[in-house]
Amino acid sequence: MPAPAVSIPSPPLPLRIDGLTKRFGTLTALDGVSIELQSGKCLGVLGPNGAGKSTLLRSVVGRVLPDAGTVSVFGCAADSDEARKALGWVPQELALYSRLTCRENLESFGRYHGLTGNALQQSVAWCLEWAALLDRAGEPVQNLSGGMKRRLNMAAGLIHRPKLVLMDEPTVGVDPQSRNRIFEMIEKLHDAGMSIIYTTHYMEEAERLCDRIAIVDHGHVIAQGTREELVQDAFASRSEVVMRVAGPADEIARWVQQRGGRTVGATAQFTVDHPTEITGLLDSVGKAGLELIDVSLRKPNLESVFLHLTGRELRD
Amino acid sequence: MLPIIRTALVSLRRDRAALALSFVLPIVFFSIFAVIFGGRRDVTPKITVIFSDQDHSFASRRLLKGLEGEGSLKVLTRPSAKKNVQQPEYTAATAEAAVRDGVAPVALVVPAGFGANPISFGRNRDRVSIQLLRDSSDMVAPQMLGGLLQKIAMTSLPDLMAEEGSKYMDQYVGGFSPEQRKKLSAGLEHLRQLEQSGQGSTAKTDGFLDGGIIAVETRDVVGANKDNPMVSFYAAAIGVMFLLFTASGAAGSLLDEVENGTLDRVLSSRVTMTTLLGGKLAYSALLAFSQLVLMFLWAWAVFKLDFFSHIPGFVVMGLSTAFAVGAFGMLLASICRTRAQLGALSTLVILVMSSIGGSMFPRFLMPEAMQKAGLLTINAWAIDGFTKVFWRDEPLSHLWPQISVLLGIGVALFVIARKLAQRWEYR
Repeated sequence: MPAPAVSIPSPPLPLRIDGLTKRFGTLTALDGVSIELQSGKCLGVLGPNGAGKSTLLRSVVGRVLPDAGTVSVFGCAADSDEARKALGWVPQELALYSRLTCRENLESFGRYHGLTGNALQQSVAWCLEWAALLDRAGEPVQNLSGGMKRRLNMAAGLIHRPKLVLMDEPTVGVDPQSRNRIFEMIEKLHDAGMSIIYTTHYMEEAERLCDRIAIVDHGHVIAQGTREELVQDAFASRSEVVMRVAGPADEIARWVQQRGGRTVGATAQFTVDHPTEITGLLDSVGKAGLELIDVSLRKPNLESVFLHLTGRELRD
Repeated sequence: MLPIIRTALVSLRRDRAALALSFVLPIVFFSIFAVIFGGRRDVTPKITVIFSDQDHSFASRRLLKGLEGEGSLKVLTRPSAKKNVQQPEYTAATAEAAVRDGVAPVALVVPAGFGANPISFGRNRDRVSIQLLRDSSDMVAPQMLGGLLQKIAMTSLPDLMAEEGSKYMDQYVGGFSPEQRKKLSAGLEHLRQLEQSGQGSTAKTDGFLDGGIIAVETRDVVGANKDNPMVSFYAAAIGVMFLLFTASGAAGSLLDEVENGTLDRVLSSRVTMTTLLGGKLAYSALLAFSQLVLMFLWAWAVFKLDFFSHIPGFVVMGLSTAFAVGAFGMLLASICRTRAQLGALSTLVILVMSSIGGSMFPRFLMPEAMQKAGLLTINAWAIDGFTKVFWRDEPLSHLWPQISVLLGIGVALFVIARKLAQRWEYR
């Protein structure tokens, strides 16, 4: 006699956001946003400044009261003690006590999360090591470099060893060298199985760090998926031709419009189904009385996807 | 030069806090000092005097009438009615207790036998002295009353003065002839009749004579054994004012948390806004209490304040005061949006509170209305409480009005501060 089928309930998702809406007066910062994060994955929230990324994270950590929608963290309401315990948050702005040392900052935030004794000290030690600040543990924050402050800011969000961490543009204003160090810290977390939400308006960061990406604009999630899925959905197998031409501006604009392209900064960009179509484009430059400076063929990236979906550049 | 002035003016106009400090604060202070020391007749403070008549003689009654006729005195012959039931007149004991309790800074006890020989020139072993019981923390009232008594003797007891004069004539000049004595008696009788009919000389007479016509024996009933009478007053008065500054500064850390973003981080942890405010209040109160301890220890070490025999009273009053000022600081911080605003507002409010609450000069020097207004301040209640402890040596049970009010103020201000802090809770 076969054993009866036992359905094993799947563990709750680290984060489930459903129909989240937030208005500030007449401005709708979030408009029915729905997002899911799988365990151990890194979800990038990619969008330009003012898209609603920070409001989304602040709603999850309870610093913004949504007008509609629900947020659950590991199956618990976002404002529950369980959720707060499981959630770590790295705010975009530095949120540190500048007169306190690195260690004192971490100890303070640890105590706010209910850590004491050995557990607190172990967690502080882990954070200092993770942020590569062990040798600066006794240094007041006001004496640290910008990059060190950023790393400590991140470490403070992890002091209570959460299972899900929300990082709100942690590399803003950071030099390239420090940025790489931060990437390594995040990758270390990711490798250890931490579930991560990472907001950014840098395409390269999202491509490097995130398993899946949600593109947000004006409070809406306009696309969601892996990098490949997003590009595939937007461009299928098509490629992009990027051309720089010289000539009168109105002539260039007319030519770009005639060929179905768009002007992006100082370049003209066209989508082609096949690379051979580039020949026709090159011919049309001369016919339009313009001078070709250079041309390149490339596979579309997230920047292209955003441009394709919104008609604007990601960093507008 | 002009561009510099223009830039400075524009900056000042934008900084409303600085603008308020520059123009409003001096005017407010000037007004407060003008009311207190401006010398307007209708606001001159009256001295409260307790009058206990043990003699019930013609002379003692006229003395009371004379005192009551003085515009600068408020004479109490019995405690105020309780539940509409009139209280018995003051006895020597209840009058002394009332001075100890701070009901009045001075009491006059007219002993039995005073009327037999109320007035004398120079020393006279037979005369009975009026007891002047005083609280030595008020240096003005007893001096003023002593002078007024002699004046009243001259103006309210003219017949007794004349009679006493005739005795001196008898003793040192050889006396009057029968005819003169007859006329003198008739004249004195006429004076008495005038006094009784109310047409006689009154206490309003401007004449003033000093020199002990009425025998007065002054006794300190409060502070008699104190080395340095005003030290405890000033330790409390100045202490409370600076406590208010300390507490508002400490509460400003709440605004720091808002400005540097840590508030968001703290509130995203297990800590709620109520816990955060409660923690800040506890910190402010502890800081304020430590400051008080240091201040009183300094007063003990340097100015010989009797600190160690008043520890229980000090702890109770110190903690109540620290709680109230801590909550006051939290309220100011929750009203303001920036540290700069807090600095300006706290300076303005604390200096005004301190001036009318008795931290800058004793409230008994102020007009009655101002004294009552002072009761709206933390300073007044705290100073009154510390005075009871260190000056009047009153037991802990007598501190309940001050403690209740200070704790009540603390709770009320904290509740309001919590309400105002809601704006930082969610955005």
